[in-house]
Amino acid sequence: MKPVTRIHSRTAVLLDENIDTDRIIPARFLTTTERSGLGKHCFNDWRYLPDGSDNPDFPLNRPTTRSCSILVAGRNFGCGSSREHAPWALLDYGIQAVLCSEIADIFRGNALKNGLLAIELNEPEHQWLLKNPGIELSIDVRAQTIQLPDGGHIQFELEPFARHCLLNGVDQLGFLLQHGDAITHYEHQQEKAA
Amino acid sequence: MSARTLFEKIWDAHVVAPETADTPAVLYVDLHLVHEVTSPQAFSELRARGLKLRRPDRTLATLDHSTPTLPPKANGERPYTNAEAKAQVSQLETNCREFDVQLYGWDSHDRGIVHVIGPELGATQPGMTIVCGDSHTSTHGAFGALAFGIGTTEVGHVMATQCLLQRKPKTLAIHVDGALSRGISAKDLILHIIGVIGVDGGTGHVIEYRGAAIQALSMEERMTVCNMSIEAGARAGLIAPDETTFAWLKDRPRAPQGAAWDAAVQRWRELHTDEGAGYDSEVRIDASQIRPTVTYGTHPGMAIAMDEPVPTARNAVEQRALNYMHVRPRQPMQGTAVDVVFIGSCTNSRLPDLREAANVLRGHHIAEGVRMLVVPGSEAVRRDAEKEGLHEVFIAAGAEWRIPGCSMCIAMNGDLAEPGQLVVSTSNRNFEGRQGKGARTVLASPATAAASAIAGVITDPREYLTEAAA
Repeated sequence: MKPVTRIHSRTAVLLDENIDTDRIIPARFLTTTERSGLGKHCFNDWRYLPDGSDNPDFPLNRPTTRSCSILVAGRNFGCGSSREHAPWALLDYGIQAVLCSEIADIFRGNALKNGLLAIELNEPEHQWLLKNPGIELSIDVRAQTIQLPDGGHIQFELEPFARHCLLNGVDQLGFLLQHGDAITHYEHQQEKAA
Repeated sequence: MSARTLFEKIWDAHVVAPETADTPAVLYVDLHLVHEVTSPQAFSELRARGLKLRRPDRTLATLDHSTPTLPPKANGERPYTNAEAKAQVSQLETNCREFDVQLYGWDSHDRGIVHVIGPELGATQPGMTIVCGDSHTSTHGAFGALAFGIGTTEVGHVMATQCLLQRKPKTLAIHVDGALSRGISAKDLILHIIGVIGVDGGTGHVIEYRGAAIQALSMEERMTVCNMSIEAGARAGLIAPDETTFAWLKDRPRAPQGAAWDAAVQRWRELHTDEGAGYDSEVRIDASQIRPTVTYGTHPGMAIAMDEPVPTARNAVEQRALNYMHVRPRQPMQGTAVDVVFIGSCTNSRLPDLREAANVLRGHHIAEGVRMLVVPGSEAVRRDAEKEGLHEVFIAAGAEWRIPGCSMCIAMNGDLAEPGQLVVSTSNRNFEGRQGKGARTVLASPATAAASAIAGVITDPREYLTEAAA
């Protein structure tokens, strides 16, 4: 994973609450055996009209939001299935951060492991961002702050290990493999007890 | 030692390295379940790093999501929905051969939906940690196992190390007092619970279901309840193992045998929440008040009794859900016209679920214009159902009797509904497009699904239950 330290972009807003992983990437695109190339199907059935053309009512299709890499979404983003294809699709589509008052557990874990910043905000700040689409934000992972255009900033929480991995591009499997001896010891203890 | 919850006992027993302020706990995984959709990229990662699978003996694979539910053609070819689905299945076959994983594949008499066969084989046992790249892994919590869904990166972690990095979740006790009324099923109960606590009511928590109404449930009913824990956002759902659990597991192929069985049961009897142990939150539900329950919107939290008026939308998002569903507020869901009925999925595809549907259908025919699919959860369920003649009841009623798989629950194998069609489904998710682009899903119990198929509109199944069947 490449280090993620700072993200600067205007925001795109999806007001809907409970945007589930089926909406992010419909199941019929999960027959792939690769991680790449899912961006073209991100929000597929919301983003395209039945004839395959862009749906003008899908907020991210507006010319002003197309290049945005920070997504502000309604409460409980990423609920539903455990498919890691959801963060893969969002990243491939160009989203680098999701800001929300509450993010579903499995999605949040999957997102952070892939360098997609999944940040939970307090309700008032989240509501303010939902009501002010298109503003310029600068997210600083080290300082755990979001810089606002008026000079103010929002402080956010980030699980310390996830933050460490993001800042240093740490591979979590490498970290786990370092526990090889402890795992072997645990297995021996279990075998003795059984 | 101080009083602990069931969750804490299982958690503590699996900590390889404790969590600190800077790092999550290293948690040992007893059983890793694998299927074709969320595993290929993890196997590729192992291959790229030159790693072996640490414990093939603690890993079990099956084919369920992308698999066709129609039989092979005359030339022996399976009718895959596309070449990619076929390639995905053959990739898992290759991966299991290369990494020495036992695959319950096309040639196995035990193949089926991963959350149906784990328990059937006795691989799922009390006190275990169980994971799978599938959010409905929560199903196995019915046995008093800590079981949860993980992403594909984590699938790779478990393959390489048999461990996961986890922060300890919070606990939520759901006490279900009283008894379910006649003709009310576990599906009505869990839909009601999610309707009460909300689609994110369990986020960050492991739920423990307890109380008289839970203890009275069969294992299959407990699986239905725990299965849908994720639909309330919970990491997992748990029910303390008891005599019902032990009787169900005894003599299953992967369960301990002989003296090992007796020793295991003795250990398992300790798996309950101690007197005085506290939960982070608690909810009380009165089982006796629950009526046949269905969803009316586009997430499982939008659930009400079918005879209750649909609530008025409180905001634009809820209005969008009602518009998508073509549902009018202040009118009940009962009586809504039905196009498709689906009986199956890891929520409701076990033998008692099929019996429940067949008891309603026996002697009836489904309404004209309704299409009905019945998809058993596993080859074992299919065999047992056919032995009892349940398939004949379904076929005589005008339903299609298919071979096991996830089928129309996730609709990635070609079994799907057309845009605009209303599906009464025994599955677990009513998200927009879940059962086909533009398809509208109403989640319900097998009995409700069967009654609605007969009447052609959403119907209270108690109208069809005979004294003997109820």
